[in-house]
Amino acid sequence: MRWYWIDRFLEFESGRYARAVKNVSLAEDYLHDHFPSFPIIPNSLVLEGMAQTGGLLVCEYNHFTEKVVLAKVPKAQFYCHVRPGDTLTYFAKIEYVRSEGAMVSATSHKGDILQAEAEIVFAHLNHPSLGSLFEPETFLRMMRLLSAFEIGHAADGSPLRPPPELIKAAEKASPAT
Amino acid sequence: MPTKEEIFEKIRSALVDALGVDEEDVTPQATLVRDLGAESIDFLDIVFRLEKAFNIKIPRGELFPEDILTDARYVQDGKVTELGLAELRKRMPFANLDEFAKNPSVQDFGTLLTVADMCRFVESKVGVTD
Repeated sequence: MRWYWIDRFLEFESGRYARAVKNVSLAEDYLHDHFPSFPIIPNSLVLEGMAQTGGLLVCEYNHFTEKVVLAKVPKAQFYCHVRPGDTLTYFAKIEYVRSEGAMVSATSHKGDILQAEAEIVFAHLNHPSLGSLFEPETFLRMMRLLSAFEIGHAADGSPLRPPPELIKAAEKASPAT
Repeated sequence: MPTKEEIFEKIRSALVDALGVDEEDVTPQATLVRDLGAESIDFLDIVFRLEKAFNIKIPRGELFPEDILTDARYVQDGKVTELGLAELRKRMPFANLDEFAKNPSVQDFGTLLTVADMCRFVESKVGVTD
Protein backbone atom coordinates (compact mmCIF):
# COMPACT_ATOMS: atom_id res chain seq x y z
CA MET A 1 0.00 0.00 0.00
CA ARG A 2 1.31 3.46 -0.91
CA TRP A 3 1.24 6.01 1.88
CA TYR A 4 -0.95 8.51 0.04
CA TRP A 5 -3.89 9.67 2.10
CA ILE A 6 -5.06 12.34 -0.28
CA ASP A 7 -6.03 11.73 -3.89
CA ARG A 8 -5.58 15.14 -5.46
CA PHE A 9 -5.12 18.78 -4.64
CA LEU A 10 -8.03 21.05 -5.55
CA GLU A 11 -6.28 24.25 -4.49
CA PHE A 12 -2.69 24.96 -3.58
CA GLU A 13 -1.82 28.55 -2.73
CA SER A 14 1.83 28.73 -1.83
CA GLY A 15 2.50 29.79 1.75
CA ARG A 16 -1.22 30.19 2.51
CA TYR A 17 -3.58 27.27 2.17
CA ALA A 18 -4.35 24.06 0.29
CA ARG A 19 -7.45 22.01 -0.32
CA ALA A 20 -7.30 18.32 -1.17
CA VAL A 21 -9.80 15.57 -1.82
CA LYS A 22 -9.88 12.02 -0.46
CA ASN A 23 -12.29 9.49 -1.93
CA VAL A 24 -12.96 6.56 0.36
CA SER A 25 -13.34 3.25 -1.42
CA LEU A 26 -14.26 -0.21 -0.22
CA ALA A 27 -11.30 -1.43 -2.30
CA GLU A 28 -8.99 -0.08 0.43
CA ASP A 29 -7.78 -3.06 2.43
CA TYR A 30 -7.84 -1.56 5.90
CA LEU A 31 -11.59 -0.92 5.74
CA HIS A 32 -12.19 -4.67 5.90
CA ASP A 33 -10.49 -4.81 9.29
CA HIS A 34 -11.76 -1.49 10.60
CA PHE A 35 -14.25 -2.90 11.20
CA PRO A 36 -15.47 -6.23 9.77
CA SER A 37 -19.05 -5.61 8.55
CA PHE A 38 -18.82 -1.95 9.63
CA PRO A 39 -16.20 -0.24 7.47
CA ILE A 40 -15.22 3.27 8.59
CA ILE A 41 -12.02 5.18 7.97
CA PRO A 42 -9.92 5.40 11.16
CA ASN A 43 -9.65 8.93 12.54
CA SER A 44 -5.86 8.58 12.51
CA LEU A 45 -5.96 8.31 8.71
CA VAL A 46 -8.16 11.38 8.41
CA LEU A 47 -5.56 13.16 10.50
CA GLU A 48 -2.82 11.81 8.23
CA GLY A 49 -4.71 13.17 5.21
CA MET A 50 -4.96 16.62 6.81
CA ALA A 51 -1.26 16.38 7.75
CA GLN A 52 -0.27 15.46 4.18
CA THR A 53 -2.29 18.39 2.83
CA GLY A 54 -0.64 20.79 5.29
CA GLY A 55 2.77 19.12 5.28
CA LEU A 56 3.24 19.44 1.53
CA LEU A 57 2.10 23.05 1.79
CA VAL A 58 4.84 23.69 4.36
CA CYS A 59 7.41 21.73 2.32
CA GLU A 60 6.62 23.76 -0.80
CA TYR A 61 6.86 27.02 1.14
CA ASN A 62 10.36 25.91 2.22
CA HIS A 63 11.21 24.99 -1.39
CA PHE A 64 11.46 21.38 -0.21
CA THR A 65 14.73 22.15 1.55
CA GLU A 66 13.52 21.37 5.09
CA LYS A 67 12.78 17.93 6.47
CA VAL A 68 9.21 18.51 7.59
CA VAL A 69 8.03 15.97 10.14
CA LEU A 70 4.68 15.78 11.93
CA ALA A 71 5.69 16.48 15.51
CA LYS A 72 2.60 17.30 17.50
CA VAL A 73 -1.18 17.48 17.29
CA PRO A 74 -2.30 20.01 19.92
CA LYS A 75 -5.94 19.58 18.93
CA ALA A 76 -7.96 17.03 16.95
CA GLN A 77 -11.71 16.60 17.06
CA PHE A 78 -13.79 14.20 15.00
CA TYR A 79 -17.51 14.65 14.63
CA CYS A 80 -18.83 11.80 12.47
CA HIS A 81 -17.95 8.50 10.77
CA VAL A 82 -16.68 8.29 7.22
CA ARG A 83 -17.78 5.29 5.16
CA PRO A 84 -16.87 3.84 1.75
CA GLY A 85 -18.34 6.04 -0.97
CA ASP A 86 -17.82 9.23 1.03
CA THR A 87 -15.63 12.02 -0.24
CA LEU A 88 -13.62 14.09 2.22
CA THR A 89 -12.29 17.53 1.47
CA TYR A 90 -9.30 18.55 3.54
CA PHE A 91 -8.40 22.19 4.02
CA ALA A 92 -5.10 23.21 5.59
CA LYS A 93 -4.03 26.75 6.36
CA ILE A 94 -0.55 27.80 7.43
CA GLU A 95 -0.73 29.51 10.81
CA TYR A 96 2.99 30.11 11.08
CA VAL A 97 6.34 29.01 9.73
CA ARG A 98 9.54 29.57 11.69
CA SER A 99 13.04 28.22 11.24
CA GLU A 100 12.28 25.48 13.80
CA GLY A 101 8.95 24.36 12.39
CA ALA A 102 5.42 25.24 11.38
CA MET A 103 1.80 24.92 12.41
CA VAL A 104 -1.27 24.44 10.25
CA SER A 105 -4.92 24.47 11.16
CA ALA A 106 -6.93 21.93 9.20
CA THR A 107 -10.48 20.78 8.62
CA SER A 108 -12.11 17.77 7.00
CA HIS A 109 -15.54 18.13 5.41
CA LYS A 110 -17.91 15.42 4.24
CA GLY A 111 -20.02 17.38 1.78
CA ASP A 112 -21.11 20.43 3.77
CA ILE A 113 -20.65 18.70 7.12
CA LEU A 114 -17.61 19.49 9.25
CA GLN A 115 -16.23 16.00 9.86
CA ALA A 116 -13.02 16.84 11.74
CA GLU A 117 -10.73 19.71 12.68
CA ALA A 118 -7.18 19.80 13.95
CA GLU A 119 -4.09 21.82 14.68
CA ILE A 120 -0.89 20.18 13.47
CA VAL A 121 2.67 21.17 14.36
CA PHE A 122 5.55 20.18 12.10
CA ALA A 123 9.22 20.21 13.09
CA HIS A 124 12.03 20.98 10.70
CA LEU A 125 14.63 18.30 11.24
CA ASN A 126 18.11 18.46 9.89
CA HIS A 127 19.66 15.19 10.89
CA PRO A 128 21.70 13.52 8.11
CA SER A 129 20.18 10.12 8.88
CA LEU A 130 16.81 11.40 7.68
CA GLY A 131 18.12 12.05 4.19
CA SER A 132 16.69 8.90 2.67
CA LEU A 133 13.21 9.74 3.95
CA PHE A 134 13.15 12.94 1.95
CA GLU A 135 14.38 12.28 -1.54
CA PRO A 136 13.72 15.13 -3.98
CA GLU A 137 12.27 12.82 -6.62
CA THR A 138 9.73 11.57 -4.06
CA PHE A 139 8.51 15.10 -3.44
CA LEU A 140 8.41 15.88 -7.12
CA ARG A 141 6.51 12.70 -7.97
CA MET A 142 4.06 13.22 -5.11
CA MET A 143 3.33 16.83 -6.01
CA ARG A 144 2.83 15.86 -9.66
CA LEU A 145 0.65 12.85 -8.84
CA LEU A 146 -1.55 15.06 -6.67
CA SER A 147 -1.90 17.69 -9.42
CA ALA A 148 -0.38 20.44 -7.27
CA PHE A 149 1.42 21.99 -10.22
CA GLU A 150 -1.73 21.87 -12.37
CA ILE A 151 -3.90 23.92 -10.05
CA GLY A 152 -1.49 25.66 -7.67
CA HIS A 153 -0.34 29.26 -7.47
CA ALA A 154 2.86 30.82 -6.20
CA ALA A 155 2.72 33.68 -3.70
CA ASP A 156 2.65 36.23 -6.56
CA GLY A 157 -0.35 34.53 -8.18
CA SER A 158 1.62 32.96 -11.03
CA PRO A 159 1.21 29.23 -11.73
CA LEU A 160 2.97 27.02 -9.20
CA ARG A 161 6.18 25.47 -10.52
CA PRO A 162 8.59 23.02 -8.91
CA PRO A 163 11.64 24.87 -7.55
CA PRO A 164 14.52 24.53 -10.07
CA GLU A 165 16.77 23.13 -7.35
CA LEU A 166 14.22 20.34 -6.70
CA ILE A 167 14.13 19.40 -10.38
CA LYS A 168 17.91 19.48 -10.52
CA ALA A 169 18.26 17.31 -7.43
CA ALA A 170 15.63 14.86 -8.68
CA GLU A 171 17.30 14.59 -12.10
CA LYS A 172 20.64 13.99 -10.45
CA ALA A 173 19.23 11.25 -8.25
CA SER A 174 17.20 9.64 -11.00
CA PRO A 175 17.95 10.79 -14.58
CA ALA A 176 14.67 9.36 -15.90
CA THR A 177 12.44 11.44 -13.51
CA MET B 1 -0.63 48.13 28.07
CA PRO B 2 -2.02 44.99 29.74
CA THR B 3 -2.03 44.31 33.46
CA LYS B 4 -0.07 41.47 35.04
CA GLU B 5 -3.34 39.61 35.54
CA GLU B 6 -4.27 39.94 31.86
CA ILE B 7 -0.84 38.68 30.82
CA PHE B 8 -1.12 35.69 33.16
CA GLU B 9 -4.61 34.84 31.85
CA LYS B 10 -3.44 34.86 28.23
CA ILE B 11 -0.39 32.77 29.06
CA ARG B 12 -2.57 30.32 30.96
CA SER B 13 -4.87 30.01 27.97
CA ALA B 14 -1.87 29.45 25.62
CA LEU B 15 -0.49 26.73 27.91
CA VAL B 16 -3.87 25.01 28.25
CA ASP B 17 -4.16 24.87 24.44
CA ALA B 18 -0.55 23.86 23.82
CA LEU B 19 -0.13 21.30 26.58
CA GLY B 20 -3.66 20.02 27.12
CA VAL B 21 -3.44 20.73 30.86
CA ASP B 22 -6.26 21.94 33.10
CA GLU B 23 -6.50 25.64 33.89
CA GLU B 24 -6.03 25.07 37.61
CA ASP B 25 -2.71 23.31 36.97
CA VAL B 26 -1.26 26.47 35.44
CA THR B 27 -0.09 28.33 38.53
CA PRO B 28 2.73 30.90 38.62
CA GLN B 29 4.97 28.42 40.47
CA ALA B 30 4.40 25.54 38.03
CA THR B 31 7.44 24.54 35.98
CA LEU B 32 6.73 23.99 32.32
CA VAL B 33 8.60 20.73 31.97
CA ARG B 34 8.28 19.01 35.35
CA ASP B 35 4.80 20.14 36.39
CA LEU B 36 3.05 20.76 33.07
CA GLY B 37 4.78 18.04 31.05
CA ALA B 38 6.12 20.26 28.27
CA GLU B 39 8.48 18.58 25.79
CA SER B 40 10.91 20.27 23.44
CA ILE B 41 8.45 20.50 20.54
CA ASP B 42 5.93 22.17 22.85
CA PHE B 43 8.17 25.23 23.17
CA LEU B 44 7.73 25.92 19.46
CA ASP B 45 3.98 25.67 19.87
CA ILE B 46 4.02 27.86 23.02
CA VAL B 47 6.20 30.52 21.42
CA PHE B 48 3.81 30.73 18.48
CA ARG B 49 0.78 31.07 20.74
CA LEU B 50 2.49 33.81 22.77
CA GLU B 51 3.43 35.68 19.60
CA LYS B 52 -0.18 35.53 18.45
CA ALA B 53 -1.75 36.35 21.81
CA PHE B 54 0.48 39.37 22.48
CA ASN B 55 1.29 40.40 18.90
CA ILE B 56 5.02 40.13 19.56
CA LYS B 57 8.00 38.47 17.90
CA ILE B 58 10.08 35.99 19.88
CA PRO B 59 13.27 35.13 18.01
CA ARG B 60 14.66 31.61 18.36
CA GLY B 61 16.60 31.20 21.59
CA GLU B 62 15.21 34.28 23.30
CA LEU B 63 12.85 32.54 25.70
CA PHE B 64 14.91 29.38 25.94
CA PRO B 65 18.56 29.97 24.97
CA GLU B 66 19.42 26.35 24.21
CA ASP B 67 22.43 27.46 22.15
CA ILE B 68 24.31 28.19 25.38
CA LEU B 69 23.91 24.58 26.48
CA THR B 70 25.63 23.25 23.39
CA ASP B 71 28.42 25.81 23.39
CA ALA B 72 31.74 24.37 24.60
CA ARG B 73 32.68 27.78 25.99
CA TYR B 74 29.85 27.56 28.52
CA VAL B 75 29.63 23.86 29.36
CA GLN B 76 32.12 21.50 30.97
CA ASP B 77 31.51 17.90 32.00
CA GLY B 78 27.77 18.27 31.58
CA LYS B 79 27.58 21.35 33.79
CA VAL B 80 27.15 25.00 32.90
CA THR B 81 30.29 26.94 33.87
CA GLU B 82 30.40 30.26 35.77
CA LEU B 83 30.81 32.01 32.45
CA GLY B 84 27.82 30.10 31.12
CA LEU B 85 25.72 31.02 34.14
CA ALA B 86 26.62 34.68 33.68
CA GLU B 87 25.57 34.44 30.04
CA LEU B 88 22.31 32.73 30.99
CA ARG B 89 21.55 35.46 33.55
CA LYS B 90 22.21 38.08 30.90
CA ARG B 91 19.99 36.35 28.34
CA MET B 92 17.26 35.32 30.80
CA PRO B 93 16.75 38.26 33.18
CA PHE B 94 13.15 37.10 33.61
CA ALA B 95 14.16 33.73 35.12
CA ASN B 96 15.31 32.98 38.65
CA LEU B 97 18.44 30.89 38.16
CA ASP B 98 19.56 30.74 41.80
CA GLU B 99 18.34 27.19 42.38
CA PHE B 100 19.77 25.96 39.08
CA ALA B 101 23.13 27.60 39.87
CA LYS B 102 23.59 25.34 42.92
CA ASN B 103 23.97 22.32 40.65
CA PRO B 104 23.94 23.62 37.07
CA SER B 105 23.58 20.30 35.30
CA VAL B 106 22.70 20.82 31.62
CA GLN B 107 20.07 18.11 31.72
CA ASP B 108 18.21 19.93 34.51
CA PHE B 109 18.16 23.26 32.72
CA GLY B 110 15.00 22.49 30.82
CA THR B 111 13.10 21.91 34.03
CA LEU B 112 13.67 25.31 35.58
CA LEU B 113 11.41 27.61 33.59
CA THR B 114 8.20 28.48 35.47
CA VAL B 115 4.94 30.08 34.42
CA ALA B 116 5.96 33.17 36.45
CA ASP B 117 9.22 33.37 34.46
CA MET B 118 7.21 33.28 31.29
CA CYS B 119 4.95 36.06 32.58
CA ARG B 120 8.00 38.22 33.36
CA PHE B 121 9.38 37.49 29.91
CA VAL B 122 6.17 38.67 28.23
CA GLU B 123 5.94 41.68 30.57
CA SER B 124 9.44 42.70 29.45
CA LYS B 125 8.30 42.49 25.82
CA VAL B 126 4.95 44.28 26.00
CA GLY B 127 5.24 46.45 29.12
CA VAL B 128 2.80 46.20 31.99
CA THR B 129 0.48 48.43 34.05
CA ASP B 130 -0.67 47.90 37.63
